[in-house]
Order: sequence, then structure tokens, then C-alpha cells
Amino acid sequence: MTREGEARMGETRLLFRHIDEPGLASIETYRRLGGYRALPRAVHDLESQELLEALEASGLRGRGGAGFSMGKKGSFLPRGEMEKYVCCNADESEPGAFKDRELMQKNPHQLIEGCAIAALAVGAAYVFIFIRGEYWEVADVLDRAVAEAYEAGYLGADVLDTGNRVELVVHRGAGAYICGEETGLLDSLEGKRGNPRLKPPFPAIQGLYGGPTLINNVETLSNVPHIVRNGAEWYKRFGTEQSPGTKVVSVSGCVRRPGNYEVELGVPSREIIFDLAGGPAKGRRVKAWFPGGSSAPVLTEAELDLPYSFEAMAEAGSMLGSGSIIIADDTVSIPKLALRTARFYHHESCGKCTPCREGTNWTAKMLERVTRGEATPMDLDIIASVQEKIIGHCLCVLGDSMAMPVGSMVSKFRAEFEEEIRAAASSASRPGAAGGGRPGELDHSGFDSPLTAEVEAV
Amino acid sequence: MSGDLRQPAHLTHPTDELSAAERRELIATMRPEDAAGVPELHEVGVPDELRELIEEAMGRYPQIRSASLPALWAVQRHYGWCSPQGIRQAAAVMGVTPAYLEALATFYDLYHTAPVGLHRVLVCHNISCWMNGGDELLRELCAAAGANPDEAGDHGASSADGEFFIQGFECLGACDLAPMASIDDRYYGPLDAADAVAAIEALRAGEQPVPEKALSRRPAAGGPEPDPDPRVAEAEASANPAGHGPRADGPTGDDSRGRGPHG
Ligand SMILES: Cc1cc2nc3c(=O)[nH]c(=O)nc-3n(C[C@H](O)[C@H](O)[C@H](O)COP(=O)(O)O)c2cc1C
Ligand code: SF4
Ligand code: FES
Repeated sequence: MTREGEARMGETRLLFRHIDEPGLASIETYRRLGGYRALPRAVHDLESQELLEALEASGLRGRGGAGFSMGKKGSFLPRGEMEKYVCCNADESEPGAFKDRELMQKNPHQLIEGCAIAALAVGAAYVFIFIRGEYWEVADVLDRAVAEAYEAGYLGADVLDTGNRVELVVHRGAGAYICGEETGLLDSLEGKRGNPRLKPPFPAIQGLYGGPTLINNVETLSNVPHIVRNGAEWYKRFGTEQSPGTKVVSVSGCVRRPGNYEVELGVPSREIIFDLAGGPAKGRRVKAWFPGGSSAPVLTEAELDLPYSFEAMAEAGSMLGSGSIIIADDTVSIPKLALRTARFYHHESCGKCTPCREGTNWTAKMLERVTRGEATPMDLDIIASVQEKIIGHCLCVLGDSMAMPVGSMVSKFRAEFEEEIRAAASSASRPGAAGGGRPGELDHSGFDSPLTAEVEAV
Repeated sequence: MSGDLRQPAHLTHPTDELSAAERRELIATMRPEDAAGVPELHEVGVPDELRELIEEAMGRYPQIRSASLPALWAVQRHYGWCSPQGIRQAAAVMGVTPAYLEALATFYDLYHTAPVGLHRVLVCHNISCWMNGGDELLRELCAAAGANPDEAGDHGASSADGEFFIQGFECLGACDLAPMASIDDRYYGPLDAADAVAAIEALRAGEQPVPEKALSRRPAAGGPEPDPDPRVAEAEASANPAGHGPRADGPTGDDSRGRGPHG
């Protein structure tokens, strides 16, 4: 819970402070508004060790999905002289997420300062910002800002004349969601297909080019200058005990004012969805919502008052993930929503492991059958059981990222799936409708696969 | 599959579409010595501009292969797609086999391994855009451009006049603009039917499409800067006690935590 007396209505802008100030993307304006004052402090006031301690003490949790303590992750990197790396994850390809885009486009120097501090903290000479190739215009903004930062001596062979070397490279991806997975990102950055690696070894021990590597999300790193400048204790005055700080929340779907809103972690979700984003159109209700991007199990209208924090979402059986809320109102068909979701993961599965490659494929096919009226209610049990068999059985969590939301839709909205099957079947079996597809017929569209038989047998 | 026996199947259709038997047959004919090696620079005639871009990328990374994606971007920007010729040229500059780069070009969605229309329009068909009319937007853009909407939705389709390539795409990270499209690498949204027509017409006329719907012009959703949170105001005030503009350069200039400056 947000500490008493400090909770505020509306936005709490920390990373988004001055976000629309003209010229904020330039080094001049960023400095005028107090920027690049954390980096000198990091260099001069803190030994590397202390810097990491401050980050750990702040309780800052990763904003890219897993919510792991940033300082702790940094402390896993071995100390001493060796080739170490920092990678900033700016792949942002999960449906519903668009916060990193606005953070980079409008305040690139905040991120660059955070990257440089992180590099000093772990003793890395190279930082790579891996930005999805679709964000071409944002990458151009970053490129310009990086050039300015080099010019000003915040990056380069001798950062602020201290003898520390920090090189920063903006690396453009080329369209593959799986490169957001941290080890897929590393392979892609090494010039390979973005196939995830088996963990352990974790990137902190063996990452890019085999060297210890710290990987953090754009928003995580954008928090760093604020913590270093104002201290861990100050930072912990925002948010909840287990989720300190603010969160830039991307809200989209069926809301009147979609966009990014920065709130303190722990505010009621309803406040974000209704007070800030305007809620669904007049006369419509929230039917289902993803609290943490399309990978999060969906919640219902009854759960709108949950505090928006890592712990509250986990307790409710979902997750805060990247912090993206997608709203589906009462006009949206949940089976069709499930199908869109499954198709995305099927398209993006890298194919390296079987439960994910086959599971996403068959889930999408089975959901197509549902929406065509060719399924039976028993198929819903098969869908549910396929999801259970995916979860925990894949190399990376992309498979789970489909199985969790799809599984949650089938279990929370089962009646609607059954209704969809009935309705679609009765329209499909009208006289004259080709390939009637009555419930119970299993020999349609190549669906009589070994997988079906196998799952049914279980 | 029977087919024309004089022509091996892999030469008549994409290898993805081969039957298991055709695949086995193809693999049986492969010999290591037939694999294309690293092309020599003098064999491929790399345009200077392309070569410079790739070499510059190679210099940016501790390991040369990291320049593979930048090299393919350079090829695609130069030729409009990742043509076999362009890939051979990049391979020669980088000292890798063409197959190495081809394997990447086919993995990543933004690289085209076949020629495409001049202007690239990616239309998001993921959850938030779908709920806000993304499928309709795709059809309207296709109608205006003269491209096949079913093909466009599936794998992308070029218009008959070669001016446009339109593709239904996964979430582009701009769900706040739903329904939206990326047009020549810039984002626009929310787009209605009239915008779709206007965008295509503007592109034909060589102008920027629907500039008023450009992402780059969009303010933060929360509106004008609110008064700072008291805790933020406090930090800003103590970093800047005299109320002067903050010192931007001095390493010891600000000390909001009351630690003594270390020289
Ligand atoms: C399929 C998949 C996609 C992911 N995409 C992203 C992404 O786009 N951006 C991101 O920051 N993290 C993404 N992650 C999470 C990363 O693997 C990693 O946990 C994160 O970048 C760590 O940074 P953080 O600790 O600052 O959150 C993804 C994970 C998976 C499994
Ligand atoms: S879970 Fe899916 S995306 Fe991840 S490694 Fe396996 S096949 Fe690839
Ligand atoms: S769903 Fe269309 S941009 Fe995200």
C-alpha cells in the first residue's frame, strides 16, 4: 500500500518530469533542467561498490517484465578487470507496451546518463542500446543525443576526465519480439538469429561475447540518475515497500485517453484506467484487462480496485510485467481476443523448443476452430490442458507468455467461449454453408493431428 | 510430389513449401564443396557508399559479426530489399558467407528477401489496434493503394504500380495511436478511412503523409506539466538552493544529500 499521506491523485512525474518541454531531447535543455548531475556524482562521490549498494538499497525493480532488483543483478557481475558489458533492452515489442518509446524519444539523455552510470557501477566499457528496428525515428533521436553526450565528455575514452572509458552504441534490431528476451537479445547483438540461450549461465556471469553483462530495461535505467542524485532513501518515499518508485504505465485498448501515465506504484488500478485514461467509452464497461501487457493473465471488472504494484498483481494471479494496461470493453469478443493473442505468440515463437513452437501453433488453430464454430466444449478442455503443458516447459518464457493469458481467458470466460462455439456453429451449419463444421466433427482443416489425439488421451 | 522431374523442386518453389520427400532429395544432392564460400571483394563490385556504411558498422563493435544487422540494413536501404547481390556484397565486405547473412535476413521480419513497393506501410493488427479498427484500416490503405488486402494481411503485398508495400504487422509499440501504421519508418495514428486515402495520395505526390497525425507531434497523454510532486520539488530545490539555474558541468556542484564534495 502506498504510505499514508503521500499518495496523490493523478500522475507523479519523475521520469516524465518536463516531458513535453521543447528541446528536452537536446543536451542543453536536459542540463538546464538538472540533467547530467548524477553522472559526476557517480564518478566522483562513489566507489563502484557504493554505487551499486545505493541502487540496491533503493529497491529499484526491473521495469522490463520480471521485476528483479536492479542493484542485486548488478552485484552478480564479477568484479575486477575484464571485458564487461551493459545492454539496455529497448526492444519493447510486447503488445500493449509503448513507454520506452516515449521515454527515449522525448528524454534520451536521461537514459544515456543512466546507461553511463550503470556502466561505471559494474565496470563495463561498452553499453549497447538494443532498440527495435521499427523505432527508426526514435533511434535517430538517440543517435543525435549520443553524439552530443560524446562531445560533452559524458561518454568516450575518458568520461569526465576520470580515466573511465564508456562507449555507447545504439543497435537497431530488425523485427523479432524474441530479441526482447535477454539472451535472444545477446545472440542478436552478436549478429545471429535471436534464439534464446539456455540459462544458467546467466548473462551476469556469461553474456555478450561470453563476458559478464548487465541487461536492463530502458525505464529501469532511466530511474538510475534520479536515485544517484537524490539518494536511495528519497527514492523509497515513492511507491510501496516492495515496489518503490514510480511507473510509466502504457494504457491502451478501449479507453478514451490512451497513452503513457506516470504513477506511483501502488495506486488503485481503477485510478489509472478511469481517472487518467478516461475509462471505456460512454455506456461501456470494462470486461477484461491485461495489467502487464499481453503476456499477463487477464483480470476482470471485479479486480479494478487492486493496487497497481508488483506484489498485488502477483497475488491476484497475474503480473505487472512491463506495466502496460490493455482494456477490452463489453463489445470485445474474448475468444477472438484470445485468438489474436495466440496468433501473435505463434508468429513470434523462435521455434527452438517444442512445447512453445507446437503449443502456440495448435492453440492458435484450436481457437480458430472455436471462432468458426468447429469446436466442441471439450476442445476448451484441450486448449486449457495444452496451456498447462506449455507453462514451465520452455527454454524461455515466450511460451508461458501465451499460455498464461490464453489459459486465463478460457477459465474466466468459459461460458462465452461455449456461447461463441454455439453461435458460430449455428451460423456455419445453415443450409448452403460450405463445410458446415458441426460441433463434434473433428476432421476439419487438418485438425486431426497427433497432437489432438495425444492431448485427448491424457 | 511428382511435378516436373527435369527441374529440381527447390528451384521451382520456396524450400519452405517442399514436401518431406523433396527435402530429402534436395539434401542428398548437397555436397560441402558446393557451398558458397566467402565472396572476394573484386567479384562483387560493392558500391563505395554501401561499403563505407558496412565498414563503419564493423568498427563500432568489439566483434565484427555484430555488424551483421547494420550491414543488412545498409543493403536494404541501398537496394530497397536484401537482394542476393547486395547480400553477397555485404558478405564480401564482412568476410562471412552469403548464407550466414541470408539466415539472418529470413529470420527478421523487417528485412525483405524479395523486391517490394517503394513506400513501406506497416499496419498494426495486434490487440489494441484490432479493437480500434486496425483490420479496417489495413483494408482502406490497400484499397487506396491498389494492393491485395488478404495478401497484405498475411505476408504483405505490393501495389500493382510498385509504389507501395503494405503489410499487416504485430504490435508496433504505439498502441496509444491505435489504429496506427508505420509509413516509411515513421509512425502515424489514430488513422481513419479519410486519413488512409490522404496518406496514400500524399505519398504519391511526394509529400509527408498526414503530418498532423505524426507520432513526433504527439504530447504526453497526461496533458500539460502538472505542479511537481512535493518530494520532487523538494529534491529540485535542495539541488539548487539559491534558485539559480542548476550548474550543469561541475562534478562537485550539487550535493542534495549533504555529503561533502570530494575533490
Ligand atoms: C519473450 C520475451 C520478450 C521480452 N521483451 C522485453 C522487452 O521488449 N523489453 C524489456 O525490457 N524486457 C523484455 N523482456 C524481459 C527481458 O528478458 C529481461 O528480463 C529484461 O530486459 C531485464 O531488464 P529489467 O531487469 O530492467 O526489467 C522479455 C522477455 C521475454 C521472455
Ligand atoms: S519458448 Fe518459444 S521463443 Fe522461447 S526459446 Fe522456446 S521456442 Fe523459442
Ligand atoms: S497494438 Fe497496435 S501498436 Fe500496439
